[in-house]
Amino acid sequence: MPTQLPEAGQVAAASGVASLAWLLVVLPALGALILFVSGRRSDRWGHWLGVATVVASFVIGLLIFLDTLGLDPAQRTREVSVYEWISVAGLHIDFGLRLDPLSLTFVLLITGVGSLIHIYSTGYMSHDPGRRRFFAQLNLFVAAMLVLVLGNNFVMLYLGWEGVGLASYLLIGFYQDRPSAATAAKKAFLMNRVGDVGLALAIFLLWLELGTTQYTEVFARIGEVPPGTTLAITILLLLGACGKSGQFPLQAWLPDAMEGPTPVSALIHAATMVTAGVYLIARANPIYNLSADGRLVVALIGTITLLIGAIIGCAYDDIKKVLAYSTVSQIGYMILAVGLGPVGYALGIAHLLAHGFFKAGLFLGAGSVMHAMNDDVDMRHYGGLARYMPITFVTFGLGYLALIGFPFLSGYFTKDAIIEAAFSMPGWQGWVFGLVAAIAAGLTAFYMTRLMIMTFFGKKRWQDIKSPDGHDYHPHEAGVSMTAPMIVLAFGSVFAGFLLTQHERLAVWLSPTLGELEELPGGALPHAVVPWLVLGLSALGVLVAYLIVGRRPTPVERPEPVSIPVQAARRDLYANAINEALIARPGVWLTRALVYIDNKGVDGLVNGTAATLGGSSGRLRRLQTGFVRSYALSMLGGSVLVIAALLAVRFA
Amino acid sequence: MLLLVLLLVPLVGAALVAPIKEQTTAKWVAVAVSVVELALVVITWLAYSVPAARNGARFQLEFAVDWIPAFGTRFALGIDGFALVMLAITAVLVPIVMAFSWAEKLPEGRTQSGFYALILATEGLLVGVFAATDVFLFYVFFEAMLIPMYFLIGRFGGPRRQYAAVKFFLYSLLGGLIMLASVIGLFVVSGRELGQGTFTWVELQKMAASLPESTQIWLFLGFFVAFAIKAPLVPFHTWLPDAGAEAPVGAGVLLVGVLDKVGTFGFLRYCLPLFPLASQKLAPLVLTLAVIGILYGGLLAVGQTDMKRFVSYTSIAHFGFIALGIFAFSTQAFSGSVLYMVNHGVSTGMLFIVVGLVIARGGSRLVGDYGGVHKVAPLLAGAFLVAGLSSLALPGTNSFVSEFLVLLGSFPRQPVYTILATVGIIFAALYVLWMYQRTMQGPLRGSAVLAALGGGRGDGPGTMIDPAVAAERGATGFPDLSKREIGVLTPLIVLILVLGFFPGPVLDVINPTAAATMTEVGLTDPVGGVSR
Repeated sequence: MPTQLPEAGQVAAASGVASLAWLLVVLPALGALILFVSGRRSDRWGHWLGVATVVASFVIGLLIFLDTLGLDPAQRTREVSVYEWISVAGLHIDFGLRLDPLSLTFVLLITGVGSLIHIYSTGYMSHDPGRRRFFAQLNLFVAAMLVLVLGNNFVMLYLGWEGVGLASYLLIGFYQDRPSAATAAKKAFLMNRVGDVGLALAIFLLWLELGTTQYTEVFARIGEVPPGTTLAITILLLLGACGKSGQFPLQAWLPDAMEGPTPVSALIHAATMVTAGVYLIARANPIYNLSADGRLVVALIGTITLLIGAIIGCAYDDIKKVLAYSTVSQIGYMILAVGLGPVGYALGIAHLLAHGFFKAGLFLGAGSVMHAMNDDVDMRHYGGLARYMPITFVTFGLGYLALIGFPFLSGYFTKDAIIEAAFSMPGWQGWVFGLVAAIAAGLTAFYMTRLMIMTFFGKKRWQDIKSPDGHDYHPHEAGVSMTAPMIVLAFGSVFAGFLLTQHERLAVWLSPTLGELEELPGGALPHAVVPWLVLGLSALGVLVAYLIVGRRPTPVERPEPVSIPVQAARRDLYANAINEALIARPGVWLTRALVYIDNKGVDGLVNGTAATLGGSSGRLRRLQTGFVRSYALSMLGGSVLVIAALLAVRFA
Repeated sequence: MLLLVLLLVPLVGAALVAPIKEQTTAKWVAVAVSVVELALVVITWLAYSVPAARNGARFQLEFAVDWIPAFGTRFALGIDGFALVMLAITAVLVPIVMAFSWAEKLPEGRTQSGFYALILATEGLLVGVFAATDVFLFYVFFEAMLIPMYFLIGRFGGPRRQYAAVKFFLYSLLGGLIMLASVIGLFVVSGRELGQGTFTWVELQKMAASLPESTQIWLFLGFFVAFAIKAPLVPFHTWLPDAGAEAPVGAGVLLVGVLDKVGTFGFLRYCLPLFPLASQKLAPLVLTLAVIGILYGGLLAVGQTDMKRFVSYTSIAHFGFIALGIFAFSTQAFSGSVLYMVNHGVSTGMLFIVVGLVIARGGSRLVGDYGGVHKVAPLLAGAFLVAGLSSLALPGTNSFVSEFLVLLGSFPRQPVYTILATVGIIFAALYVLWMYQRTMQGPLRGSAVLAALGGGRGDGPGTMIDPAVAAERGATGFPDLSKREIGVLTPLIVLILVLGFFPGPVLDVINPTAAATMTEVGLTDPVGGVSR
């Protein structure tokens, strides 16, 4: 399979506006640093500094993007080497940036959506005493995420990778008083670290085989690596991707991450950071191109995840958790897409971008609803909110339609393309991947319709109850700083899919990085049939949701007991229980046992010896009589011993 | 001469400070001496020539006089890149330790002047250990540095200080004596090989290649045991948690931050170049101990209920990484290990200090006596997190560069050990973040915090306190960082970040010596040698 990458020598050093690319990273990083260090002094204006640095990054990113568009496609991959970061003997790790269509696409997504969410947060966090800290951490996130996508080698990727992990940790645990937030933050970081071990080992393998970590050199010479090692690298990279992107079996942290403020859920845990796994696999496409088995594993993981995410999403009553599982499921689609190889890389990225718009919009809408409902997240307490918050309703509704793939909105173009490509795979793969993805599309329509109905339609269940903190509900529309970003994102939800996929615009733009988008003939189902199938299943999902939720009153209390499948879904298909039983509890026991052994066993042995020594030192102390003659005697004895030792070695 | 001055300034300073009656004056004099020493180390750094080291100068700034000619011992000083960075971290930490200990509550009857004098004495002897190029002189300093540390722990430490100090002393002394046997053995063997016995490192190293393997193994083991106790490798580690817990925090920083590094420094300077065959032969043994240390130390750190013991166990895990890099035999791993020694001094030093600040406020070392500290002391909690993140080797902090170099450099020759060690980074995240969660996050709780805030003593562990009341009382009962404390922590935070993003200047100093050590071991890099 030809890799479309330019050879190592063809990557030009960036010039002109592109040589300012380092500012992309430095501006938000500087913003974060100032906000962290300046303390209360910047409480009044700090959030505007946060907004300004990210908007400035967006402008620079846009300029570089336009500059790159003016170049011949073969010259669109450029590098900026800022300085040599780590260098020992033959190891040279550049603090360098790679500007190519893939990274620039992400730059625009991160800084664009990032700017909108920063603006939204000025409103959302306006009453929070920790607002400055919030913006500092959000800026830190943007900087780290830009390092992740812009780095020109795997170690820079790793720097950004764990950097966004830190930002995510800080922001999930933003409400530090809540023990649940602290626990969720720690869980996210730990599960990510499991993935990071995979990523680190993949880097070590590349170093062992190729003696480099730079993308240009790795991708140019990856063919020299034995196939078995290549497969190992692809699976280790996938492990990293699973951690960061909440894919099976490391998905359990992402729903818990909703403990963070809602703008964080929108930016980090929906639109950008959690898609880093998709970026990683797309970025490493020259490696995956060489390993059909590696791609198959990726596609399988994506398929499993998109199904379990959709199933669990049907069972939750917490609006943010439903959206979180929806995210798990949608990223599953993207992972499936990039697992299909050259047939799907660009499709995965297209869905990632469209998802970035509509899911960010959905989360901001959910935040607006929560704002109106005293931060209550239980949809059973909602109902009939459409009249009270029309802008939220309309923008959220467009995001909803985009997500379920309503014809000619974003999801229709990007998600259906993935399902089509899945069906086009040869043999059993086409049937399994295609059917599961199509069925999950029906489930998606179900759980999202359920969410819409429970929130915006039906009886106003909040009128008769008080919120958990004991107040009445007074739903109202949010201020303009919050609605404006929602409106912008709604436009994205509507048009992004069409604009990106028309004339394969995105695929062509990305082809210098990802190779030409291929299309397989035939497969399980003909291309013409698939859209109708997906449309039919989605319509069925909407209908079922309407029949179950829309036509019957929703109880304010959660009905118990429920059927076994619903119970399983409510308990995250027992993922947490399994983690608990297999890892957490044995770990606690092992730790306790080791502490005991170290105190009693290892140290006890030592103390036994010490007691003996102590006894003899007591006897020795009696020798210290203060008389010079006894010291002289002991010195003589010591000297004899030393000389004896010398002689022993001499004649040994 | 520069090195002799470097050695004498703190020792003379210690002698000057000890008899001063006026405690504040004593402290200022001691701080002045340590700052002068730091300035001298800066001059040394500038005087050290990296190009000369690349061109094969094994030691620089050498100074030597005959000492006991009959024995062939010389008072010989000289530094290579490894020694220089160790001198630097020592000189950086001492003023910080002094500033930290300014208001330390000492046990009854102890004086600040004595404490500061002992710190200076430790510094001087550490300079000697790192700068000695004569094996016997090294041994003398190696044993001598026990004495001030013994008194620091035994006279100024916590409730069980006597027990901890004696344990520390006996362990180290035992190791030292075994090493003495090897030192003497080395002299004897050199007499046989070279015609005249010598303790000079360079001469002994030249002889190394021709020594039979069995001799090397015996001599190696003598040095190894001493260093393995000092650096603590499992199972020689149990003195460290006691010493670390009972030592006054300032001394603990020097103990874990620098003194213990003499062990790993010794592996690199003495075990590998003097006994190359034995080092390779016994590497699997050491690597096994190293990896056990990483995993075992990590798990034990998770399970600790005493914050100071917690820091000690994290260090045992870190020493495992350092030992892994040393016995994996590659330039990258060597450089990574030495950089790790420097970084560990900064990050664990800071962790120790932050833990000390928490304990000073709450009056308890127990984890369970704290909770929700961020509410009343957000800066302190932030500093705790920074130190912790450096300890878990987050990229962007100093420790990442060294840990990554160790693992990357070890992988080609020792993939299995490296994979196991890499799993250790999960444990690191667990012990740091869990400790942070238990003590710093959540609602205010824990008897030490509540008692300090003047409420809740005897109200039981689950008691919460009204945040408004807490904020008001926090200013006095459990105060946030003072200006002096911010001054103590700021240089460490700056070092953590600067060395994380710009390790170049330090690596430049380390790299030529790492390459020289590779040559002395007689191996070439499996991947990424210089000639690529």
